[in-house]
Amino acid sequence: MSALAIRDVSRNFGGVQALSNISFEVAPGERRLIIGPNGAGKTTLFNLLSGTVAVSDGQVMLFGRDITNLPPYERTRMGLARTFQITNLFPRLTVLENVLLALQAADKSAFSMLARMRANRPLFQSAEALLQEWDLTAIAGRAAREISYGEQRQIDLILAMAVRPKVLLLDEPTAGLSAGEVVRVVGMVRSLPKDMTILMIEHDMDVAFALADRITVLHQGRLIAEGGVAEIRNDPHVSAIYLGAD
Amino acid sequence: MSGGPLTSATTRRGPVAVSIVGILALLLLPHFLSTYYLGLVVQMMIFALFAMSLDLLIGYTGMASLGHGAYFGVAAYATGLLALKLGWSVWLALPAGLLVAALTATLFGFLALRTRGSYFLMITLALSQVVWGIAFGWRSLTGGDDGLPEVPRPDLGLPWSLTHETPFYYFILFCIGVGTFLLMRIVSSPFGYALRGIRESETRMLSLGYNVWRYKLAVFVLAATFAGLAGSLYVYYNRFVSPDYLQVVRSAEVLLMVILGGAGTLIGPAIGAALIVLLDNVVSAYTERWLLVLGVIYIAVALFAPRGVVGFLREFRAKKAAP
Repeated sequence: MSALAIRDVSRNFGGVQALSNISFEVAPGERRLIIGPNGAGKTTLFNLLSGTVAVSDGQVMLFGRDITNLPPYERTRMGLARTFQITNLFPRLTVLENVLLALQAADKSAFSMLARMRANRPLFQSAEALLQEWDLTAIAGRAAREISYGEQRQIDLILAMAVRPKVLLLDEPTAGLSAGEVVRVVGMVRSLPKDMTILMIEHDMDVAFALADRITVLHQGRLIAEGGVAEIRNDPHVSAIYLGAD
Repeated sequence: MSGGPLTSATTRRGPVAVSIVGILALLLLPHFLSTYYLGLVVQMMIFALFAMSLDLLIGYTGMASLGHGAYFGVAAYATGLLALKLGWSVWLALPAGLLVAALTATLFGFLALRTRGSYFLMITLALSQVVWGIAFGWRSLTGGDDGLPEVPRPDLGLPWSLTHETPFYYFILFCIGVGTFLLMRIVSSPFGYALRGIRESETRMLSLGYNVWRYKLAVFVLAATFAGLAGSLYVYYNRFVSPDYLQVVRSAEVLLMVILGGAGTLIGPAIGAALIVLLDNVVSAYTERWLLVLGVIYIAVALFAPRGVVGFLREFRAKKAAP
């Protein structure tokens, strides 16, 4: 069974067809790269998958279950998590509090009104362990809006990882990062469990080809190619689009 | 660093010492103050609770309501009517007031929580006007414009009577104390942190798996219930309720208390409420233009201390600590 199956999915905004009749499947544990020029519909596709935007037509299946009409939080509970193209943290909360909120989401205490959050030692220990694992303990007490952009991108990724997803959507995780930071983030992605399915939008082709098993190419809202890394690299049609000779 | 930023608050001794002194002062006040000033302190405490309840929405969840007076008002009317017309004791009339506030908020929440930002502000305002219209128009029940006079002081069935100012003061102090304690627990609970998360980024909360709508409805009803407690206590204090309680100006006033004191903390709105009540009484002794003064305060706060008194003091301290 596919981890994720997209069937004839379309989305139009007013008269603009952002995505038309997209169908593809991603196998469990696969690293799938989504590429395409600006405006190809990549982020729209992620919004449809995560549920922040509704499909106009078509069906989305997560491990064989129809999630087309489920709200985002239920998709997350079923094992689908995402990061954001534009960093989306809790800016005025500390880094530790950011991670705590992510871990708490699946905790049975999440709706408890009279328990003390501070008293939940296991939650704290997991949060601290997670920050320690990525060598970010030094910034644990700082507000998320005060840390560097590179650190923010790493925290964004850690929040998505903290909900222990089965399928993870990464929206340009290395965009705007320095070379050193790119190496760190690539390392983080590589370290994710092998059975985790990952869909990734990425513009840095070195990063993309290094991480991907298979590649899906979108152009002007249509799926124009799909295949292994070498296959897509040598596809003249794909090269033409990227060189603007379409 | 074990524990980190969340636990560091417990090791700060200053606030604890200040709280103990404050509680002792409140307990001893009746021995020093005249009836008039004791009444002023009662008003301050009631409005402090009212402002703190609104801050659950504004400061913690990021939802600015301009209709919070509705819940204060419906609870005041419910408790007042039940005590006056049916002779219910405080043990029944007070909880009934809270229940009416909670039910009203549940109904209004379903309507208002479809919107955000300024639309939420407008719809909460509109809904509170509906309540005002009912209180104003349903003369046979509410007395219309004349209001409900002669609401009796509560009788706890204890050997001392609450018609005397000092026992009544302790009754109010106890109720406000319980309300404040519960609010403090709520804002430091997992639920309370989820509210801050919603304030900071609703989309992120959704993608982490939080049912944001459920949290919003819950906090909307909770905030209304605490506002209802303030309203029910106020009707016992004032022994009178009229549609005036439901006017937009009342909701705007409590909003100002929150902003003046500092949204996002509990102590801020309490300070804001105390300042506004005090100023209202002082200014009203000299002029009838209280609303004008209120407007000037509002502008001054917006310009010079947008984070309120508490925010201003914190920034001041931070600057001194790290020049």
